[in-house]
Amino acid sequence: MALQLRRKTHESIVYIDKDSAPRIMPFGEDFILEDIPIGTRVIYPNPPIKGLPNREAAIRYAVNHPIEMEPLYALLEPGMQVTIAMDDISLPLPPMALPDLRQTMLEVVLDMCAANGVDDIHLIIANSLHRKMTEWEMKRMVGTKIFDEFYPDRYYNHDAEADDELVTLGHTRHNEPLRVNKRAIESDLLIYLNINLVPMDGGHKSVAVGLCDYESLRAHHEPQTIRDSDSYMDPPRSALNHKVIRLGKLVDENCKVFHIETALNNRMFPEGYDILTRNEDEFSFADRLKWEAMARTFSPLPRVARRKMLHAIPAAYELIGCFAGKTEPVHDKILELNYRQYEIPVKGQCDILISGIPDISPYNVYSALNPILVQVMALGYHFNMYRNKPLLRKGGVMIITHPCFDEFDHKFHPSYIEFFHRLLPESRDAFYLREKYEREFAENPAYIEMYRRGNAYHGAHAFFMWYWGENGRQHVGKVIVAGAENAHVPEMLGWERADNLTEAIAMARSYMGRNAEITMLHQPIIGLCNVSD
Amino acid sequence: MNKNGQAAAFYDLEGTLVSTNLVHTLAFYSTRQQGLWQTAKASVSTLAKLPFFGVTDLYSRNVFNEVFFRSYEGWSQDRLRYFSEELFENVLKPAVFPGTYDLIAQGKKVGHRQVVLTGALDFTIDKLMGHLGIDDYVANRLEFVNGYATGRVLPPVMASATKAKWIREYAEKNNINLSESYAYSDSISDLPMLSIVGHPVAVCPDFRLKQTARQHDWAVLDLR
Repeated sequence: MALQLRRKTHESIVYIDKDSAPRIMPFGEDFILEDIPIGTRVIYPNPPIKGLPNREAAIRYAVNHPIEMEPLYALLEPGMQVTIAMDDISLPLPPMALPDLRQTMLEVVLDMCAANGVDDIHLIIANSLHRKMTEWEMKRMVGTKIFDEFYPDRYYNHDAEADDELVTLGHTRHNEPLRVNKRAIESDLLIYLNINLVPMDGGHKSVAVGLCDYESLRAHHEPQTIRDSDSYMDPPRSALNHKVIRLGKLVDENCKVFHIETALNNRMFPEGYDILTRNEDEFSFADRLKWEAMARTFSPLPRVARRKMLHAIPAAYELIGCFAGKTEPVHDKILELNYRQYEIPVKGQCDILISGIPDISPYNVYSALNPILVQVMALGYHFNMYRNKPLLRKGGVMIITHPCFDEFDHKFHPSYIEFFHRLLPESRDAFYLREKYEREFAENPAYIEMYRRGNAYHGAHAFFMWYWGENGRQHVGKVIVAGAENAHVPEMLGWERADNLTEAIAMARSYMGRNAEITMLHQPIIGLCNVSD
Repeated sequence: MNKNGQAAAFYDLEGTLVSTNLVHTLAFYSTRQQGLWQTAKASVSTLAKLPFFGVTDLYSRNVFNEVFFRSYEGWSQDRLRYFSEELFENVLKPAVFPGTYDLIAQGKKVGHRQVVLTGALDFTIDKLMGHLGIDDYVANRLEFVNGYATGRVLPPVMASATKAKWIREYAEKNNINLSESYAYSDSISDLPMLSIVGHPVAVCPDFRLKQTARQHDWAVLDLR
């Protein structure tokens, strides 16, 4: 067994031995050093694929050589109406170093529009029911020049509650309704600028989800669809993806969409912080010094200060591929690149899965990772990062490390507060919550105005976050939070707590047996485990 | 309280749905007195009282109402009513927050009864209530004797706890479920009214209300 364990099966998989170094784990806005039991399989992110040397040239080449469509310049005519929609701040994570990739794509596309006499152009952020981006964030995303030219009349956030700005496209053959942004659909050409961080993103989801309204979204953002997605990071086996494709076809029947999709490598941190994603056994003296410096200066800071500092570190992602043209073939090409970067072949499931929860999620950019978001990161994103079969055996134990503080951002997540404190004590059943309360929250006039005029997530968004963890919740036997600073948050989420990781592992072993196979996802990681027997 | 009743939305007016306050209305009427002398006298008097109004409002909304409405003493009822239309068109209508219309429309869409409780005078807001599509409203009423204001307000004076009491009675009478209802206000003086409904919302709140809203995890809204 030991020999088999120690055999190097993949460069991203390391087995803990008796002389292995302790591992760095995220713990909310902090990082901790933990000794992991001997025999534990630790999964690291794949090494980053080398970025393209000239991303502007790559984008220009893609729009001039599209897949199954005419080149962009041939689609542009003087006097036509063009809408350019783009992903919101939830992509990529953390926000990337400047210039943002969307800025580069926009510069290429806007140049081409100007050269072809197109001046009726609107830029719309496809935020769906996410919070609207702030003026500062919008400026950062597209750069000062474009911002000054288009904001606010021709550069704005999609509003899923503005009835007069939406148009109904009808229903799919499965009776899923679709109402989307009117300006985008009624334009002569809709150009979508995508950043495909994980396989769940992009494709038909960009328009059919990013620019839709609440009624359209609730048709697929619901517990049964999530249960039927095995996993939602594996599009062919994702019920969510199948529904979105049906909706996307409805979009294609009503609108000419030119997709520009991009894939990034996984260089999440700039030099200096890259030790957080590397194998600790291979640390040099300088790397150990870096860690010591971080642990001694960063960890003693107050949580808010640590959060501010973490959110100020831009990701060092590099473009590894860009394709343009028709939605589906373009997306297939991008998914190939995603898999090449992220996929890690893993042999055998585990009984105990350890995953630290970092302060990085699509929904807490520049705010706190509240308990509902901790739940979605654990049972949603981290659990679903697999293909073929889950990394954790059915009924296994998931151990996460996070303080689980009872803290919410009042400006960004107002409905989450009510969801957590009012609804969860009554029930954690996703179907019951959807049936009894989802519409009440969605139609709450205060939440709607906070979404429309402020920067709040839509009233129903907290529910979607709960459903997002549904297949994880059904699969995982127990969740243990190591280091939770209070008892009530884990309890309300239906989890157990332990003072530290050692205690959590002992608890997990008491459920799963002394010989339980332990695997640790070395967070933060963007990696997709392709699990085989 | 009826648990099966309809939900309602109870709004404060000044600072919540419109940007003006009681002093704007008083200033408007001060500049529309009979003759130049009366106009100048009323305007200067209003201006001079501003700091006093500010201090009393900080101390207590009830005391503020007591002293504030004395400024109307001796003004004719006809004149006050006559200029109310101009007050609406030139002062109140432009002061409606952009988000007010959507908020009320959304409330109506989900079947909430729309009710305004305000310390303003009834004749000054009548047109505004129609314009906003409010179902019911309650406002303060000046006492008139022989067609002239005495400077006293007829009870109940709409402020602080009185608003909460009025809401309870209104809910009883109209089969309103307060747990499902909403209350919107910008001021800590409306804490009683906010506290008796299931969904209190602070709108463009003052500092103290903002702190309270944060402590109690209430929604904080900006309609501007």
